[in-house]
Amino acid sequence: MTGPATVFDKPTDYIGKSIPRSDASRLLRGKGHYVDDIQLPRMVHAVFLRSPHAHARIISIDIKEAEKAKGVIAIYTGNDIAKHVKPYVGVLSHLPGLRSPAQYPLALDVARWQGEPVAVVVCSSRALGEDALELINITYEPLPAVTDTLDALSSESPLIHGEYDSNLAWKREVEVGSLDKALSGDDVIVIERQMKFGRHTGVTLETRATVCDYVPGDDELIMYYAGQAPHMLQFILAKHLSMLEENVRVVAHDIGGSFGIKVHTYGDEIATAIIAKLLKRPVKFTADRLESFVTDIHARDHVVNVKIGVRKDGSIVGIGFNDFTGIGPFSMYPRTSAIECNQILNLTGAPYQFEHYQAVGNVVFQNKTLMCQYRAVGHPIAMAISDCMLEEAARVIGMDPVQIRKKNLIPDDAYPTKSATGMRFDDLSHHACLDKLLEIMNYDKLLSDQEEHRKKGIYRGIGFVSLVEVTNPSPMFYGIGGAPIASQDGATVRLDAAGALHVSSSVTEQGQGTNAILQQIAADVFGVSIERVKVTTGDTATVPYGGGTWASRGAGIGGEAMLQAAYALKEQVLSTAAVILQAKAEELDIASGEVVLKSSGEQKISLGDLAKIVYYRGNELPNDLQPELIATRHYRVTDFPFVFTNGAMAAHVEVDTNTGLIKILHFWAVEDCGRVINPQLVDDQIRGGVVQGIGGALYEECVYDADGQMQNASMADYLVPMASEMPEITVAHVETFTKTSVLGAKGAGEAGTGGAPAAIMNAVNNALSPLNCGIWQMPMTPERVLRALGKI
Amino acid sequence: MMKTAQITLTINGEKHIEDVPVRMNLADFIRTKIGLTGTHVGCEHGVCGACTLFLDGVTIRSCLTLAVQADGSEITTIEGYETDKNASDLIKNFHTRNALQCGYCTPGMLASSIEYIEQGNPADRELVKQHISGNYCRCTGYQAIVDAICTTIEERQN
Repeated sequence: MTGPATVFDKPTDYIGKSIPRSDASRLLRGKGHYVDDIQLPRMVHAVFLRSPHAHARIISIDIKEAEKAKGVIAIYTGNDIAKHVKPYVGVLSHLPGLRSPAQYPLALDVARWQGEPVAVVVCSSRALGEDALELINITYEPLPAVTDTLDALSSESPLIHGEYDSNLAWKREVEVGSLDKALSGDDVIVIERQMKFGRHTGVTLETRATVCDYVPGDDELIMYYAGQAPHMLQFILAKHLSMLEENVRVVAHDIGGSFGIKVHTYGDEIATAIIAKLLKRPVKFTADRLESFVTDIHARDHVVNVKIGVRKDGSIVGIGFNDFTGIGPFSMYPRTSAIECNQILNLTGAPYQFEHYQAVGNVVFQNKTLMCQYRAVGHPIAMAISDCMLEEAARVIGMDPVQIRKKNLIPDDAYPTKSATGMRFDDLSHHACLDKLLEIMNYDKLLSDQEEHRKKGIYRGIGFVSLVEVTNPSPMFYGIGGAPIASQDGATVRLDAAGALHVSSSVTEQGQGTNAILQQIAADVFGVSIERVKVTTGDTATVPYGGGTWASRGAGIGGEAMLQAAYALKEQVLSTAAVILQAKAEELDIASGEVVLKSSGEQKISLGDLAKIVYYRGNELPNDLQPELIATRHYRVTDFPFVFTNGAMAAHVEVDTNTGLIKILHFWAVEDCGRVINPQLVDDQIRGGVVQGIGGALYEECVYDADGQMQNASMADYLVPMASEMPEITVAHVETFTKTSVLGAKGAGEAGTGGAPAAIMNAVNNALSPLNCGIWQMPMTPERVLRALGKI
Repeated sequence: MMKTAQITLTINGEKHIEDVPVRMNLADFIRTKIGLTGTHVGCEHGVCGACTLFLDGVTIRSCLTLAVQADGSEITTIEGYETDKNASDLIKNFHTRNALQCGYCTPGMLASSIEYIEQGNPADRELVKQHISGNYCRCTGYQAIVDAICTTIEERQN
């Protein structure tokens, strides 16, 4: 990476420090700007009628009575809306063979999941709109629901899409080496298991919401958006509503959690935009919690038949698996529902050295809510396949789980290198992270504690995971496949007349602290107090073009663009100052808002004074000098498809063999995300991620019956981790800077979610090992634990 | 037939006389009629805790309370915690300890925290966790929130 490497030649003022986020201050005083807070003049509400069936033909829709109801302005069916939109298809060219039919915002002739929108009432209030929904009379002809992923592939299964010969959306096979032959060796111990990973969902505390407004004279559509990728949505709205892209403005202010849920294209949101255009007035749609559960994307839902072969010394010979994943009736647009399976095929076993790998992924249509990318896409499954099988192998051959890891982890001095699946790695530190983990968790003491408790009939377990996390993706993730998703991001920084910096960036803020780290980087690199940096993100009308915040890319990509822009502006300001001061630019520096002499630190002119000369009294400047007090830089990863983060984590659990309840006593995470810009923000990202991983491991599951009805679509029934169940989480770091940028930052937001489930499953199986049983299904509910124990 | 009723109540020290639909819940009333959008609605069935606020000094779920039930009451919302609940230290500790990320659970989390502290409870992490278990936070993992509450209690004791 070329660039201003001198940024880190001196001690930093802000980068690397736990500075509190400035924008959290107003949130603590109730002054957030969330979408549902918006009330515009003449605003009306879109209220959706959704299919109560998982699969049904729509015979007729009678809206006559509903049209007469109080407050109703308009009612649209799926066919009414379809006239105003080009359909969309969730496929990408770099996932060859992936198929999915054209999709419209609302169901047309057939509803294919419980919750699919079928009609929409536009009304003066949400409450009156819900009254009117009850007056719409729809005649459905129920069709057989395809719910079980494996049954869906049977030749006997009903077809969800008549134009296809089966319910298979995509299949990918990977073969490296010769697994079957290698595992047949006399010295190889082969272990086979079936692992199951339940469907779960993001449960953002703020439900999905949008307010769309249309300005007829300008043909401008404004969408206030609770989402992660404003420019992606700008493109999509323009394309599918046949508008000029520049006439679509997408604005994301505060967002009440996203976790990947809010980076997709939802039919109800597209329909809301269409209605705003048709009615030429603002329209609000805010999902209620039931709508969220049955329409926000779900994730995971995998059945994996897996085998691992090891030698007696613990070395891995090879890993093989066949993954079946149910994605709902369509592949989600535009990121597709095949990426999670693809990630599992790419990432399984990634921390380890082995020669033979055979993986098959089957992506299957079913009549449930659509599945797509949620925090740590594919990672919890990939890490659990390799790490839970590795620890099972250790138990079988009588080896310590730490020793078997050390035997197989890629050495820290082996980089750059490739995984068995061809993933290119650099700047990773698996051994250093594991060593640090062992140090902070005091492994030996936990082992003796375990022994003591076992004597008393108390079953405690310790489990580990070594993980990689895909971060800072290059164009190889989506752009290459034709998706309108930028891999590069931009930052603009401007010096105002008072000497303050105004930053705008295309990465977005959903609570991670994006705006805060942009402030830290700009203030540090440029040389002003952090209080003098104002940040704007989320508005396509004002920020540079870029991808937004997903795939743990905000700090690594957005942060690097910010660093480069701040450095460029500093050079521009110093060249202007050199003329004003009649000095050489290379002898000057900027510190605490003043241009200073580099040698002595003597203050020569304040930034405010310099800017006032440029803006107000240009007559004092030479005529051939036109200073630019604004700079923009963009950045994309070019050297690698992804910049991987790695880490090591451990869980300490206690299993109550009478109730099946699992208590997590403590959790440790060591993470190498490269340069840590704000330690407190990173640590809390890790903790929050771990807790979502705990949710997936122990509690969270979208439970469906055989008819495709979600059985627990309420906050009371779907178990989100609560404070009283959560352990203390100790976080530590190894910092191996990525060489792909000057900043050296990798992503950090998803590792906890990706790694924690495997560590917890390992800890539970470690606890259960004296009882000669194990559990291979997440979430590990009390019932499943008791079944594993043979007690029910 | 949808009926309305007139209610009189005080919100953060300010008196309001409003006609409201009798079926409107208190959270919607405060957000849409009064315009105080700091109170958030996360589930509308009393589980997530985001809409928690003070009614006559006691925390309640404003999504499970009808606006008409609040007739004659004194309400304090997040917009009033700094001044009406003297919670500037708690707010400062939430800020410095990063005890919020997206900020959506924050109004309810602050309400439950203030209640815990006002009741004279100790800086005991397990007790704090139990007390805030009616408030879901999807971002932080709760540890920072517990830190901020315990720090506030310890600072007040000193």
